[in-house]
Amino acid sequence: MNPIIQTRNLNLFYGTFQALHDISIDIESKMITSIIGPSGCGKSTLLRVFNRMNDLLEDVKVEGGVFIDAKNIYEPGVDLVELRKKVGMVFQRPNPFPLSVAENVLFSVKIHRTAAFKEYGDILEQSLRAVDLWDILKDKLKTSALNLTLEQQQRLCIARLLPVKPDILLMDEPCSALDPIATAHIEELMDQLKVNYTIVIVTHNMQQAARVSDRSAYLYLGDLIEYDSTEKMFTIPKDRRTEEYLAGKFG
Amino acid sequence: MQKNFNGKLVKEWVIERCIYLSGIASIIFVGLIFIFLAKEGFSLFKTVSVSDFLLGQKWYPISTPAQFGILPLIVGSLYVTLGATIIAVPIGIASAVYIAEVAPVKTREILKSGIEVLAAIPSVVLGFIGMMTLVPWVKNTFHLPTGLTAFSGALMLAFMAMPTIVSIAEDALNAVPKRYKEAALALGATRWQAIWRVIFPAASSGILAAVMLGIGRVIGETMAVMMITGNAARIPNSLFEPVRTLTATVAAEMGETVRGSDHYFALFAIGIVLFIITFFINLIADLAVHRKLK
Ligand SMILES: Nc1ncnc2c1ncn2[C@@H]1O[C@H](COP(=O)(O)OP(=O)(O)O)[C@@H](O)[C@H]1O
Ligand SMILES: [Mg+2]
Repeated sequence: MNPIIQTRNLNLFYGTFQALHDISIDIESKMITSIIGPSGCGKSTLLRVFNRMNDLLEDVKVEGGVFIDAKNIYEPGVDLVELRKKVGMVFQRPNPFPLSVAENVLFSVKIHRTAAFKEYGDILEQSLRAVDLWDILKDKLKTSALNLTLEQQQRLCIARLLPVKPDILLMDEPCSALDPIATAHIEELMDQLKVNYTIVIVTHNMQQAARVSDRSAYLYLGDLIEYDSTEKMFTIPKDRRTEEYLAGKFG
Repeated sequence: MQKNFNGKLVKEWVIERCIYLSGIASIIFVGLIFIFLAKEGFSLFKTVSVSDFLLGQKWYPISTPAQFGILPLIVGSLYVTLGATIIAVPIGIASAVYIAEVAPVKTREILKSGIEVLAAIPSVVLGFIGMMTLVPWVKNTFHLPTGLTAFSGALMLAFMAMPTIVSIAEDALNAVPKRYKEAALALGATRWQAIWRVIFPAASSGILAAVMLGIGRVIGETMAVMMITGNAARIPNSLFEPVRTLTATVAAEMGETVRGSDHYFALFAIGIVLFIITFFINLIADLAVHRKLK
């Protein structure tokens, strides 16, 4: 086992409301881990701990340790830019910038100056190929990303993360705005990507978790109820609450 | 039940008609104004050629023979307007960015109401304050014979344009969905990179509209410029000389002209020039607002 993300006794408070309770979890490298649970149980909150997007909100308090590659990312002096280069995020609603396709893909390279201008062409092609958009878009690199279909937009948002070579991709319900066919395509894509990336996906769709993930974590009201290989959890859940959730009794 | 329903229909109908009539009325009024302006203004060109009017360097409306060259006035307006734009646009946009993206909530509220107050000050009051404070300051700072210069006017007008620019640009920035900023930050962008590379381009058409409307306000402004630009109808060599603008000329001279005289027609012709200028500015602002990404 080779955990890339570890949390230890993680508590998170929005003001006085505690959204995460004492969560300790080890997320394995180069695997797909799904976080499941009913709406409002803290899935997004947990995900946003890993790239410190919660920092954007006022009045959020994080206690406990969150380690990525064994370094505590909540220590003072942590470089958020470096953290977010390493830990990319895909959002629930596709959010490409209202710029051209090329500018979306090259955004991170430009802001981080990680490549020279003459490499841009290669980066564009590689990134778009990785999400199977190159053949469709190679002649439309200058069109606005907002003209793409939702599925293409979501693929573009994934492609946009790749040029800075992240290790981890966080995906917060990446398919909830997509139709079933597009969802199947994105799931296929995740399967390809997991060779090179650690993927953590939040979903409230249990079938999706069962289809794509190697390991699953079940959150309920901010508690980590169960965390195991997806196969085990979906066949013989240990906790009664997991069993009930998986059986569709609530959520 | 049935009666109630009919009553509702009638009410709808009346409301609809009223709205329709007000819409039509505003169009008719604009049309009438323009016709009147054109009729009076174009009468000038029976005696003065268009090129003598637009390019003539001498504005001597009451000497004999009278000369109606408005080039000095156009240049005066241009100096004041350009000067005000150069001052107001960067500062206005920077304040809008600060208010929309940087300022803490409390500061934001204070600044926003401050700007509303600034916008509500009548221009004659600003002109008066400018005359008392700005004009002597310009005179002393730049060692000029008089502080009544194009520069003073530009500074004053920049103050007047700023609230328009700030509040409209700030609206445009706020209208940019938060998810773009989130996406940028999640990619490791700093706040400035997110603003500069994503939010700003996304709001660019609104910001351009803000700028155009600010300029529109500057060009149309009369009272304050009349009070502090010195009103010398000659082509200035620099920003630090007195100038006279198109608007100030109309305002200052309309009361003294004889109805139906060439001077009277010339002032209307100036009105046409102003009308055309503001029309184009509004047109550009409109195009900017409705411009869509390909
Ligand atoms: N910015 C916030 N401020 C206060 N409470 C929040 C905030 N974001 C989420 N919460 C609360 O935290 C809990 C977990 O939210 P979230 O992580 O979004 O749930 P999920 O993604 O599982 O639907 C919910 O009860 C929600 O109301
Ligand atoms: Mg969520």
